[in-house]
Amino acid sequence: MKTNDVILQTTTKLVFFIIFLFSIHIFFAGHYTPGGGFVGGLLTTGAIILLLLAFDLKTVQKALPFNFTIMTGIGLLLALGTASGSIFFNVPFFTHAFDDFTLPLFGVTSLHTAMIFDAGVFLVVVGSAITIIQSIGGDS
Amino acid sequence: MMIFIWVCLMLVFLTMLGTMYRVFRGPSVPDRLIALDGIGVMLISAIALISILFDTRFFIDVILLIAIMSFIGTVSFSKFIERGEIIERDHNR
Repeated sequence: MKTNDVILQTTTKLVFFIIFLFSIHIFFAGHYTPGGGFVGGLLTTGAIILLLLAFDLKTVQKALPFNFTIMTGIGLLLALGTASGSIFFNVPFFTHAFDDFTLPLFGVTSLHTAMIFDAGVFLVVVGSAITIIQSIGGDS
Repeated sequence: MMIFIWVCLMLVFLTMLGTMYRVFRGPSVPDRLIALDGIGVMLISAIALISILFDTRFFIDVILLIAIMSFIGTVSFSKFIERGEIIERDHNR
């Protein structure tokens, strides 16, 4: 059955970027306000699921040519590497360091190593959720 | 003003009970779908009222997140009703 869903596809092309930008905002808002890597990853997963709903598996695979299983591995490596990097400085496991830096265009910004751990969590959540969705939705 | 917001919150939760009845006893599937969408809208308004009560801005992100998730859920449910499968392998087969 060939159906014509122009409205859904046109809306998705716009709304995908709104959801993705909001997920990036919620990812960077993580340390002091609600948010963080897990929720940001879930929102990115939601955006990709919206693409999968409006288009199909083949088109999304062509538009986002990532291997999501490898993405999960990279995320785990990033998170564990950040967590275990602290033991080389003679402090307990999972200790995080932060300092204030003056960046151009941002002004004085406090940079934390916990954010690299959060980026790892983000990649793990996106990779595993999209792998699950692709392998469930792909059989027919 | 505080009493007014509490009364509004009570009314929103009563309306949510009404739509919950429609979700459980809906005669057809589209009734349940529209009732679920309405529950999403009522959750958003309840969180906005709670945000006024607690005098905080931290719930604004939660409102946007619930709106996005409700939108994706409604789209996937309606695609399931119309076509029978949610994620298809090849679109123009």
